[in-house]
Amino acid sequence: MNHWIVAPIVLPAILAPFIIMVLRYHLDLQRIFSIAGVVGLLGIALTITAQASGGDIQVYELGDWPAPFGIVLVLDKLSAMMVLLTALLALPIVLYAIGSGWDERGKHFHALFHFQLMGVCGAFLTGDAFNLFVFFEVLLIASYGLMTHGGGAVRLKAGVQYVAYNLIGSTLFLFALGTIYGVTGTLNMADLAVRVAEIPPEDTALLRVGAVLLLLVFCIKAAVLPLHFWLPASYANAPLPVAALFAIMTKVGAYSILRVYTLAFGPDVAVTDGLIGDWLQPAALLTLAVGTIGILGSNHIARMVAFCAIASMGTLLIAISLFSETATAAALYYIFHSTLATALLFLVADMVMERRGGAIEPKAPMAQNGLIAALFFVGAIALAGMPPLSGFIGKLLVLDASRDAPDATAVWAVILIGSFVTIVGLARAGTLIFWKSYDAAITPPPTEETDDDAQISSTPEPSPGLAFASVFGVVAGLALLTIFAGPALTYASGTAAQLFTPDDYISAVLGGEE
Amino acid sequence: MEALVASAVGVMTAAGIFLILRRRTFPVILGLSLITYAVNVFLFATGRLALNAPAVLNKYEDVAYTDPLPQALVLTAIVISFGMTAVIVMIALSAYLSSKDDHIDMKPDDSVDAPGEDA
Repeated sequence: MNHWIVAPIVLPAILAPFIIMVLRYHLDLQRIFSIAGVVGLLGIALTITAQASGGDIQVYELGDWPAPFGIVLVLDKLSAMMVLLTALLALPIVLYAIGSGWDERGKHFHALFHFQLMGVCGAFLTGDAFNLFVFFEVLLIASYGLMTHGGGAVRLKAGVQYVAYNLIGSTLFLFALGTIYGVTGTLNMADLAVRVAEIPPEDTALLRVGAVLLLLVFCIKAAVLPLHFWLPASYANAPLPVAALFAIMTKVGAYSILRVYTLAFGPDVAVTDGLIGDWLQPAALLTLAVGTIGILGSNHIARMVAFCAIASMGTLLIAISLFSETATAAALYYIFHSTLATALLFLVADMVMERRGGAIEPKAPMAQNGLIAALFFVGAIALAGMPPLSGFIGKLLVLDASRDAPDATAVWAVILIGSFVTIVGLARAGTLIFWKSYDAAITPPPTEETDDDAQISSTPEPSPGLAFASVFGVVAGLALLTIFAGPALTYASGTAAQLFTPDDYISAVLGGEE
Repeated sequence: MEALVASAVGVMTAAGIFLILRRRTFPVILGLSLITYAVNVFLFATGRLALNAPAVLNKYEDVAYTDPLPQALVLTAIVISFGMTAVIVMIALSAYLSSKDDHIDMKPDDSVDAPGEDA
């Protein structure tokens, strides 16, 4: 067995308790170990991506129990790619959190950060539906801690909403899994695929309920309309570097939809026929529409970026709900792009909020106004999908893949108008925040910056060098994704092809005897 | 017995949903706990209801047994929901103590850097 597969889970699982128990009073050591851990995770992710890129699916049986009885981890191209994306995202964020001093505003930032990475990587690697639930809970419970990191009355209130919403989501998840287990008697995803196909159509009422409940759960995670209400308040009030990390969490929902509804409830299964195309697609279109309206209507930069996250999830889920191989390849490219672009905007928004507060209104120019404006400009170009950055390529691929779809007109209209409204919204915010500040009419604020609370102003000055370097790292990631769009798309197409031939996955997990 | 278990799950879920829709955090947390109780009983029942049956196979004689997997699942679910409830109680408590207000909804202009949010 190839032990690399379990390494992305084991490394943070060991590192996080080590940071809590041994290094809890040594912030510098915590930082060193945290960075080392993320670099290690990146190395592991590169290794397993290289292993998976050959195209064969590898299975890791935990406890060496054979597949339908024990829990398996499965490494295919999709999970390798998502783990790589997690590691690539985590590195600049941890550097930014250190550079901006966010990690010293509360306790246990680095430990929670690594628990979060463990949950995310586990969710991407597992091949068992109940284990997926467990990893969801791991990443959620870490995210509760990260979300309320640093404290403050408003953040805690937003945290209560966030936790309550996700607890309801977890309960729904359990109801869905219970229903599916009650009908099929298994929760291993590959085994589930075999059993679901065997069930006669007249006995599928309960299974259909289970499949719809499961889709609802993933839609809550992915913030699909009308289940998106938790996202703006939570992300806007979370520490923004954490919100940047949360950019991967909505993608966990998208990943789960892709995984479960290509494998267990595949496109040719009669039980869930029309679930993705008829239900998810209109919801995705609405998500994009509402996300862009939110961008235009926000009066706070963090809230605006949160709506950017919703809008990009909309585009992503449109691509997923087209449910063809080319559209899925486009979706996979877009996942990579939108995660990085959203994270970039969150980090830039944090720089803005640290210096002048987040309200989208003219104020006196802040320190490093020009540089931050340039970074915001890059992020806005990437997110709105204008050339030359990868957002343009991603949206082009999605549009191209939807050309032959039955409701291509609606998809094109929503994506194109949505992009336009996004450009207008981001341009409005950028103008008000960065340019209007030079208007002579604006008087400088009295003395103090209108920043969060006393705790923050008592922290030492952030070292902007590291923070800027990490933001430029994300920009570099986007640029690389644009330059190497060809190889990335080849990999994405291979991944999509693998997703749409679930027989390989099933025979790899179940040992090929079924 | 099926009717009893099913109606218990139904009543607890209904009461839980009613409480979740309240406007203060304490009833919402109570509602969340009720729903997690309901889901635990529900998970337990997904292995079919069997009375007085062991949760293991007997290889010497053919006796009735109950499905052990839902019991393992429900154990995990209980532990997780217990922990989560503890977390939300702590966060809700500190939110209440820092803002002197236990309404679950936020004011429209609430944001972390809004002036005057320090209570």
